[in-house]
Amino acid sequence: MNEAAPSTLNAKVGHAPGWRGIVADWSSDQRAFKNVSWGKAMMWIFLLSDTFIFGSFLISYMTVRMSTTVPWPNPSEVFALEIAGHHLPLILIAIMTFVLISSSGTMAMAVNFGYRRERRTTAVLMLVTALLGATFVGMQAFEWSKLIGEGVRPWGNPWGAEQFGSSFFMITGFHGTHVTIGVIVLIIIARKVWRGDFDDGRRGFFTSRKGRYEIVEITGLYWHFVDLVWVFIFALFYLW
Amino acid sequence: MAQAETHTDAQQHPIRLYLVVWGWLFILSACSYLVDYFGLVGYLRWSLILLFMMLKAGLIVAVFMHMAWERLAMAYAILTPPLALLVFVGIMVFEANYTLFTRLAYFVTGS
Repeated sequence: MNEAAPSTLNAKVGHAPGWRGIVADWSSDQRAFKNVSWGKAMMWIFLLSDTFIFGSFLISYMTVRMSTTVPWPNPSEVFALEIAGHHLPLILIAIMTFVLISSSGTMAMAVNFGYRRERRTTAVLMLVTALLGATFVGMQAFEWSKLIGEGVRPWGNPWGAEQFGSSFFMITGFHGTHVTIGVIVLIIIARKVWRGDFDDGRRGFFTSRKGRYEIVEITGLYWHFVDLVWVFIFALFYLW
Repeated sequence: MAQAETHTDAQQHPIRLYLVVWGWLFILSACSYLVDYFGLVGYLRWSLILLFMMLKAGLIVAVFMHMAWERLAMAYAILTPPLALLVFVGIMVFEANYTLFTRLAYFVTGS
């Protein structure tokens, strides 16, 4: 019953444009999200809750940074690296940003090829996405060890306000955890796609239900969200 | 919003669209990095950072996450609640300023 294909749901749903359509959808019986499958709707609602988690982290960072009487360490200098004799501010973070954006690009294409039933291409693109994600986590581990080596702790650092360390480890730690979970999920789903589970209707190990290629898009939603959070962290924590 | 083209089971868009958005995300990220590289300061820095941030976030949500093609009832249900965070920001700006004021008034003596 739950596995009804969205296209069949789609067929019997008409809709008015704009606000009239929204009111009609929300005031109808049983289903507010007419042509959205339950899996996608639930992922969006989870992402909404995650938005509030990261929102709270960033707001608490803003609060401690605004209220401290000690100067905030300059992130441009803290995260600078010497590469081939050149002093480049924030270069590692910039590279991490490009890596994560690239992984979002390959993920978007994986979703597209999934719906075209090209399972090998889809699986390869998902594995490339996972590889880029793992690269990101690796660079983050490098960044953490560099900062810890320089004496940054959640309760203090050599350059200024003590809250810098706690905000940094909390925010990037939570984000890195999200990326790591995403990499694991990507590998699991890519394996299923490669094996052709969604073509021959193989039942899931845990749910014993047949999957659909839509799971690639749902995984993609999570992955793009991780990239989205990084956009905000990059702007508000590293660049501000 | 092109709702007439909504077909959830097959979000089919040309690969070219994703490549173009990917390119724009690269350009915008490079721009925000350059803001730091050239050491811009003050309101110019902050407005540019926020502008590039919102443009990138918009592209990711609208195209990569397909929100532009979702039904409005869904899009509004997901996109409006985060606006509450802006109220939260406002409250905490007020609170942080008050904390700073009390610290400056009662604790900071020289150091």
